[in-house]
Amino acid sequence: MSVQIEESPTNDGEVIKNYTLNFGPQHPAAHGVLRMVMELDGEVVERVDPHVGLLHRGTEKLIEQKTYLQALPYFDRLDYCSPLCQEHSYVLAIEKLLNIEVPERAQYLRVLFAELTRICNHMLNIGAHVMDVGAMTPNLWVFELREDCLNFFERASGARMHSAWFRPGGVHQDVPEKLLVDIGDWLDNRFFQLFDDAMSLVMDNRIFKQRNVDIAIVGRDDAIAWGFSGPMIRAAGIPWDLRKSQPYDVYDRMEFDIPVGTNSDCYDRFMVRVKEVRESAKIIKQCLRDMPQGPIASTDGKVSPPKRGEMKQSMESLIHHFKLYTEGFHVPAGEVYVATESPKGEFGVYLVSDGTNKPYRCKIRPTAFSHLQAMEMMTKGHMLADATAILGAIDVVFGECDR
Amino acid sequence: MTVLHSAPKFASNDGVLDDLAGSLSVWLVSTSEEHGEIILTAKREEVGTVLKSLKEDHEYQQLMEIAGADYPDRAERFEVVYMLLSLTKNHRVMVKCSTDADTPVPTVTTLWPNAGWLEREVFDLYGVVFEGNQDLRRILTDYGFEGHPFRKDFPMTGYTELRYSEEEKRVVSEPVELPQDMRTFDFLSPWEGADYVLPGDEKAEGAPNVDKPKVTEKPADTGAGAKAEENAEEGTGAVPPDMIEIEIENEEDGK
Repeated sequence: MSVQIEESPTNDGEVIKNYTLNFGPQHPAAHGVLRMVMELDGEVVERVDPHVGLLHRGTEKLIEQKTYLQALPYFDRLDYCSPLCQEHSYVLAIEKLLNIEVPERAQYLRVLFAELTRICNHMLNIGAHVMDVGAMTPNLWVFELREDCLNFFERASGARMHSAWFRPGGVHQDVPEKLLVDIGDWLDNRFFQLFDDAMSLVMDNRIFKQRNVDIAIVGRDDAIAWGFSGPMIRAAGIPWDLRKSQPYDVYDRMEFDIPVGTNSDCYDRFMVRVKEVRESAKIIKQCLRDMPQGPIASTDGKVSPPKRGEMKQSMESLIHHFKLYTEGFHVPAGEVYVATESPKGEFGVYLVSDGTNKPYRCKIRPTAFSHLQAMEMMTKGHMLADATAILGAIDVVFGECDR
Repeated sequence: MTVLHSAPKFASNDGVLDDLAGSLSVWLVSTSEEHGEIILTAKREEVGTVLKSLKEDHEYQQLMEIAGADYPDRAERFEVVYMLLSLTKNHRVMVKCSTDADTPVPTVTTLWPNAGWLEREVFDLYGVVFEGNQDLRRILTDYGFEGHPFRKDFPMTGYTELRYSEEEKRVVSEPVELPQDMRTFDFLSPWEGADYVLPGDEKAEGAPNVDKPKVTEKPADTGAGAKAEENAEEGTGAVPPDMIEIEIENEEDGK
């Protein structure tokens, strides 16, 4: 951190020293590469100017150069804490333009893994948040659970983090039956023991409450005006969840509750996430219970690739495979905006197709943009140390914010 | 068209377009409803008015996104697309306006505080200017970056690259030097819709000259050239086997 001191006289002739302070870009509590230029009056924050874009990689421009399928793995690398939820928006946008039907089993698998991703993401955020305000142990415990989630992703897709497993028309591969059994076992026998233990250390902890309760209160109207979404808007007492209000895949068959906050402070945001983890677990159990057998990808050979076995037998399958992995599929011209409930909020994809095999424009709506922009509004008048708690409660990841 | 996909289902679009177009038609250029999305194209100067009316009279409380897009073939090449969400009606609409590199678009920071960064992003990446935005700095690109990288005529590789210079003890910016050309493939089938000429096809320009017969004048023109060996030139004198004539009975007569 570098510190500059400006001297500004007040009307009493007294001299008050205002600090201009650089928070980041390399700061462990900045959750990535965030530079915040802060003006401090003593220890009280007067002004915050977040500088983002230090992790800008031009993803949207890169996507314009790739076929629809080749562009998919870029979505894993946006919010690298919840990769499958980002893919979800993208594949749904393509499917909306193509208007193709996704088999039921694929929809269930997607919902199951999107919820597992939500747990995985919240494990990271909850852990990081408590660490930001000074607790070490719970983070180690919930990271253990995060590790379990990543192992499940590996068993489904072959990759721990960058799965690229959701595909237009379904998912890439079916999961082994044993994996579904193990996920159920994990929820019943391991997850809640560890999670409840870790949370019991935090939820009623005096220090944790001192650091979070009544910090960065955002009123309902402000939350709406600033474009908040996800846990941030729910903490403000607005029961808005895209899984419930604008259901996609089989979310309309799931029974779950939307936890909301009452006070709209950092503590509420934290607690909303803790409750959401439980709701996710409920959804996963329903998926495991109701998932039918059947195909895991669209049967339309023009969109989803054939099985390896079919290719040995059928010339048509061979041609489909060749065309899909060279030219790719063509998407009808048009534009759609598809937003899903990612663990951090509304993650949207504005996809413009000109009828060829590549997206003409793919605008990604990051969740962090609106939230981080409200940083000044939220931090003003709080202490410097509160800035880390506020940032932790926003749940910001810069891969997604900067794209 | 029946809906087969499983993308997010918000409240029905039935009648929404007529309702909105009815009250906003003065400021609109066109409206459309495709792929389940309602798109209102507003006159550029009036886009603020349209958005204000949508926010205050039609309950679209949240501005979720402002997207830029570049269509270099159009007279006004840039499009600015606003995505609105209504929490009470559970509905989404898109509002668009078009502009060029010099004409400013009225800001909506007065309507939504979060429009500030979204407009900065469109400005940064496309160079669209927003009139009335007090803080139109670059946001995603580097400090001191020049140009607007998401324009279609901006190369993928960019113009400059950064490296740490050991001599100067600082990061220096230099023109991009690629050891190998940037490889771009369009992956399109050359027989369907590719916009380039296949190698060899350029010869096909114009009608072939049929009046001038194509003849082979000397052996070299055939590509065969002179015979390699004397013996081969002499030949063996062997006579090809006689053709055996077979009388084929007329099958129909035989029956």
